Amino acid sequence: MNRTEPGARNARELLKAERRNRWYLFGSGLPALLLVLLTFVLPIGWLFWLSLFDANGQLTVENYTRLLEPIYVLTFVQTFKISIIVTVACVLIGYPYAYFMIKGPRWLANLAMGLLLVSLWTSLLVRTYAWLIILQRRGMANDLLMSLGLTDVPLSLVHNLTGTVVGMVHIMLPFMILPLFASMKSIDPIYNQAAAAFGASPSRAFRDVFLPLSLPGLAAGATLVFVITLGFYVTPALLGGGKVQMISMRIESDVSMYANWGAASSLGVVLLVATLLMLFIVKKSAGLGRRSE
Amino acid sequence: MSRFRQTLTEVVRASWLYVLVLMTMLFLVLPTLIVIPMSLSDARYLSFPPKSFSIEPFFSYFASLEWRTATKVSLITATLTMLLATTLGTAAAYSLHVTQSRFSGVLRGLMMAPMIVPTIFIAIGLFFVYARFDLNNTIPGLVLAHTLLALPYVVINVSAGLRSYDMTQEQAACILGASRLRAFFDVTLPQIRFSVIAAAMFAFAISLDEAVISLFISGGDSSTLTKRMFSSLRSEIDPLIAVVATLMTLLSIIMLCISIMAQRKAKRNAV
Amino acid sequence: MSEDPKLSMSIDIENLTKTYDNFAALDDVSLSIKSGEFLSLLGSSGSGKTTLLMALAGFVRPDAGSIRFGGREMIFEPPHKRDVGMMFQSYALFPHMNVFQNVAYPLKLRGYSRADIRLRVEQALATVELDHLIERGITEMSGGQRQRIALARAIVFEPKILLMDEPLSALDKRLRETMQLELRRLHERLGMTVVYVTHDQREALTMSDRIAVMSKGRIRQVDTPINLYERPSNRFVAEFVGESSCLPVTLQDGQVRFQGRPLRASSATAGLKNPSLVVRPEKLQFVTADASDCNLLHGHVTDVIFQGESQLVQIDLGEGMAVAIRRPTRSSASDRLPTRGEAVVLGLHLQDTLVVGDEQ
Repeated sequence: MNRTEPGARNARELLKAERRNRWYLFGSGLPALLLVLLTFVLPIGWLFWLSLFDANGQLTVENYTRLLEPIYVLTFVQTFKISIIVTVACVLIGYPYAYFMIKGPRWLANLAMGLLLVSLWTSLLVRTYAWLIILQRRGMANDLLMSLGLTDVPLSLVHNLTGTVVGMVHIMLPFMILPLFASMKSIDPIYNQAAAAFGASPSRAFRDVFLPLSLPGLAAGATLVFVITLGFYVTPALLGGGKVQMISMRIESDVSMYANWGAASSLGVVLLVATLLMLFIVKKSAGLGRRSE
Repeated sequence: MSRFRQTLTEVVRASWLYVLVLMTMLFLVLPTLIVIPMSLSDARYLSFPPKSFSIEPFFSYFASLEWRTATKVSLITATLTMLLATTLGTAAAYSLHVTQSRFSGVLRGLMMAPMIVPTIFIAIGLFFVYARFDLNNTIPGLVLAHTLLALPYVVINVSAGLRSYDMTQEQAACILGASRLRAFFDVTLPQIRFSVIAAAMFAFAISLDEAVISLFISGGDSSTLTKRMFSSLRSEIDPLIAVVATLMTLLSIIMLCISIMAQRKAKRNAV
Repeated sequence: MSEDPKLSMSIDIENLTKTYDNFAALDDVSLSIKSGEFLSLLGSSGSGKTTLLMALAGFVRPDAGSIRFGGREMIFEPPHKRDVGMMFQSYALFPHMNVFQNVAYPLKLRGYSRADIRLRVEQALATVELDHLIERGITEMSGGQRQRIALARAIVFEPKILLMDEPLSALDKRLRETMQLELRRLHERLGMTVVYVTHDQREALTMSDRIAVMSKGRIRQVDTPINLYERPSNRFVAEFVGESSCLPVTLQDGQVRFQGRPLRASSATAGLKNPSLVVRPEKLQFVTADASDCNLLHGHVTDVIFQGESQLVQIDLGEGMAVAIRRPTRSSASDRLPTRGEAVVLGLHLQDTLVVGDEQ
């Protein structure tokens, strides 16, 4: 609030100069803003618009009501199922890994981080392709299983749900481990020491002190994994083959095979809304959880 | 619980952890590792020990016009994306850092949004809009799209660098006679250069690896490496793909190393 | 203090106002700084002194008012066009440049020739006695050295105005006192106008030609150090500059009364709000009850504190009021100090009897 009277010396020009200066500073971000508007806001807005029209150009909600048909419901269910399985697997595998990165011997923990980063930075397609090789009928995985005597015939590990899950878990692990690691790192070791001073065994201390404190990081990682898996395309498309169809694959075929923009866009909108809703719910409950402490 | 039992439980628990972690490490790195031997073999299936050794796939790759063109497209796109995203992103990060208004909050939200929105959704949207403006199957179209995806990462990296930088130095440069722009280039940029380098590496890697959007908006002579790989994988497993995969992997690892070195140097300078 | 127009410039500040969300950082501030003067802005944090300096530099844009350097309006100019030297509290040296490059930077911006730059940088560093470190990196320098480099960088292009934002606050006491005298000497040699921000009143008293005491965004008094100390114009300045006790007095028909007894004041007392008697510890003397040439205060001693070169005697005057009297430590018998509980009479010379009110 400005206490200066309107007649005060130079006040008007100074205000103008201040505004101009602020525009210069803001202007630094304008090119980026322009790009985002043109390549992001515009296309997405257009898609929302498209979802409201049918093939004849009439305004309609049929694109959305169609999504209640069994074929689509099946796709939704399968997508959610895969996301849940992948998330749970990532939690079970990722938590100990992150814990080890904190508590393990220095050189080994660094190696663990290093390998994680190598995995993360290796091209997505390359890794998916590699899984295709490993999981195929005459691939390494089956060779190993047969040589261990766990099976007599090569198992079908790819072009189905199994292959999809394995591939997705591999891709998603870094997204689970890194936030979890960051969160664990910020837990002051003094808490565990205090617990030990009070007589708690290491496992008790872990259960009562460390685990609850690491939950926010776990929730963040799990949410990230779930939400990304929901909309993922490349890996399920290549490793799922014909048997798996996730929402993203349905969208792709609607566009490239049927040129059904109404269907594709409405499906995309639903996917986006589901994603945002999940993030919102988790953010709210995280806030609530913290308030109850 | 007796002392002995307690220690035993801890050892068992610890070894269980070690085993799990070691298996996970193998799980994480296996795909990256097998790509290389795969490209040196003529067979379609990888088994240990590898059945045949041949560098024929490398020759096929270099001989193939399609693959060479795709490589050129991907490398050009990645380089241009790196330049565009780093420039735009650094400028945006600077703007966000010095203005603390409502507008900058909106800008920041908008720029982070591509990370949350499913890429397939962005892909079909771009495909649709590009069709209207004849931008499909062009390198500029690809560069714009990849820059969109890379921007959030650039902004995050450069913002972190700016946060650990003392802005008073820019003030000092200004009062000594440098305009704000000059002060940025003379004083600020040299000191956040490691964050900028790390961000540039991210942008390059993101563009090179980008598969979903490229699937839709690149094609014909402007097909990216990822698009060719994807189409190829859909039909059958060609040993040539292994070569491409190997080259991409080697490039990734180089980028990763540069990025880690840059980030480490950035942290050391910050203190 | 030289007024050579080649070396310095005057600063005229008129009606400067700056408000942040209902908080008045600068409240209609006006000040005229003479060419070549060393003026300190003295106040505690939040007083507006730093805001005023930043407004002079151009980093803070006031809501209203005028700032003129040598008669020319500068308030619309960005910092890089103001051609003033500045020293920051954190020095703000450029770590990616060495000492030479740091000091040479303003010259490079102004397009001096390479030979010229070399010469001037060496001169500037010689002035601060650091010419032997010219090729070193910044990170190798100690705090005191960095401070000098920052100074060299600020004066190398011979600015007519030098702004300093608490430049000595990061140094330890001994170094600070040495630097205070050095800065003073430097000012005498180079002759530019200096505006110096500090919260340390001793520092301001040591270095300045004049001091502007600020609080809550306003200037309470601008005067020479001696006048501020001997003739504070209001209670805030009296309490801020130097030690003092302010004792409430009453005004009746133009007559000043303290504890019911009349007081002969040295200055005009008409119309003062909340009038107070300003008592400085070194101005009081122990006298006998019949002393006629000074104002008398009666009380008894509550404490005697040894403080090295002087001793502080606390005296209770009754009605909840107390003063302190400071006597230099001497061993002659005639200067025997009273003991605790002793009743004493204190004398305050007429010239030292100062009655002030709140600021108008």
